[in-house]
Amino acid sequence: MPTYRELLQQVRAEISEVDASHARELVDTGEPVIVDVREQDEWDEGHIPGAVHIPRGHLESRIERTAPDPSRAVLVYCSAGNRSAFAAKTLEEFGYEDVVSLAGGFTDWKRNGYPVEQQAGLEAQQRARYSRHLLIPEVGEQGQLKLLDSKVLLVGAGGLGSPASLYLAAAGVGRIGIVDADVVDESNLQRQIVHSTERLGEPKVESAKRTIEALNPDVQVVAYEERLTSENVERILADGWDVIVDGADNFPTRYLVNDASVWHDVPVVHGSIYRFEGQVTVFKPGGGPCYRCLFPTPPPPELAPSCAEGGVLGVLPGVIGSLQANEALKLALGIGEPLVGRLLLFDALSAEFDEVKLRRDPDCPVCGEHPTITEYIDYVEFCAGTRETA
Amino acid sequence: MTQVRIPPTLREQTGGERELAAEGDTVRDLLDDLLGRFPALRQQLVEDGDLAPFVNVYVEGEDVRTLDGLETEVKAGSTVILLPAMAGGT
Repeated sequence: MPTYRELLQQVRAEISEVDASHARELVDTGEPVIVDVREQDEWDEGHIPGAVHIPRGHLESRIERTAPDPSRAVLVYCSAGNRSAFAAKTLEEFGYEDVVSLAGGFTDWKRNGYPVEQQAGLEAQQRARYSRHLLIPEVGEQGQLKLLDSKVLLVGAGGLGSPASLYLAAAGVGRIGIVDADVVDESNLQRQIVHSTERLGEPKVESAKRTIEALNPDVQVVAYEERLTSENVERILADGWDVIVDGADNFPTRYLVNDASVWHDVPVVHGSIYRFEGQVTVFKPGGGPCYRCLFPTPPPPELAPSCAEGGVLGVLPGVIGSLQANEALKLALGIGEPLVGRLLLFDALSAEFDEVKLRRDPDCPVCGEHPTITEYIDYVEFCAGTRETA
Repeated sequence: MTQVRIPPTLREQTGGERELAAEGDTVRDLLDDLLGRFPALRQQLVEDGDLAPFVNVYVEGEDVRTLDGLETEVKAGSTVILLPAMAGGT
């Protein structure tokens, strides 16, 4: 049986190696896929700019996703050139036609004073917490860092805001703003799972903040214990949000959220529920219709569904609020096909989803070509005083 | 006959039915049929003889306002959905 040293020598003889200065030239051409096969802690301390990180142990399982074209050149490196020699051999066996290993590795690269990139990576604890995200190629460490850096504003800490806030917090959205003026009431607890019996009488934003911070200390919660109005909407938006999750329970707030979203260019993940049925869509300024393209004005108060006759199956906001969280995460990560221009309808009784198309209205009073609404409107309150029964 | 999906917020006016069969070749005909049988629906759907701005009607997933409005043709077996604005979130 050959010793490690003999095997290494044999492998190095079979593959192509380049020294640091040659590697630098290759990197500068931008042509090769640069693969760093070191361990996580080594990668975190710095790596060649533009490199992708595939620890040696995952090379076989992940390389095809990273480098689908076997004719494209691959530059592989580790710290000293030994692990990368074996990696290069493996890649050749996979059918990669032009593989070189950096002799002297990253150590030599640095010694030559060549550029090094170092990201604020995840801490060990975060790596454990978000490990199921890190395993998904579409999220990964870069995606998780994006989430930790993202800011989502929730309008309403009720039925929809409860599951949405919990999932966004668990996912590691770094900053979550919550706007709600209400206190926790007994009739909320049948569905508003971010609150609890011991929080009765407590402001909802404080209750939600405590639950979220207990769930994930990475999340900073900004509590706005107020009702969204034309007076405070600009101040709240000025705190800088990437996505708004609209779980409001009334028309005036929904129109304020919409107009603010258009004027501040922030996408809104819209959800609404009634009894057994719910709806979700994404209003993305510039990319699709807004709420006013769909419904230019709210119905007159006397025609709005009576809140007293409302009611909702407790789990329904769980379904719709979770779908909203899903859309918000996709928007924050920039992946998938968000529900832009599509309204998803869910019927809990038949357990069916339907979808209708939403189109941008060129005559929309807010996002159309000749907008007629240019400042916030405070519509008449619907169901004043009984807002909690919806 | 075409099945028209009635949203939960309008079922008070239609005896609680989730879907109603209606007669007609256009959206206008379908609505006329429904309004004849459930007059209470009128103020929820119609404003100045046209579809109220807070209600949308979808035929095969398309907003009829982007088609031929109330004159949009409806084929037998088409899916027709009435969708008024709905605000509830808590």
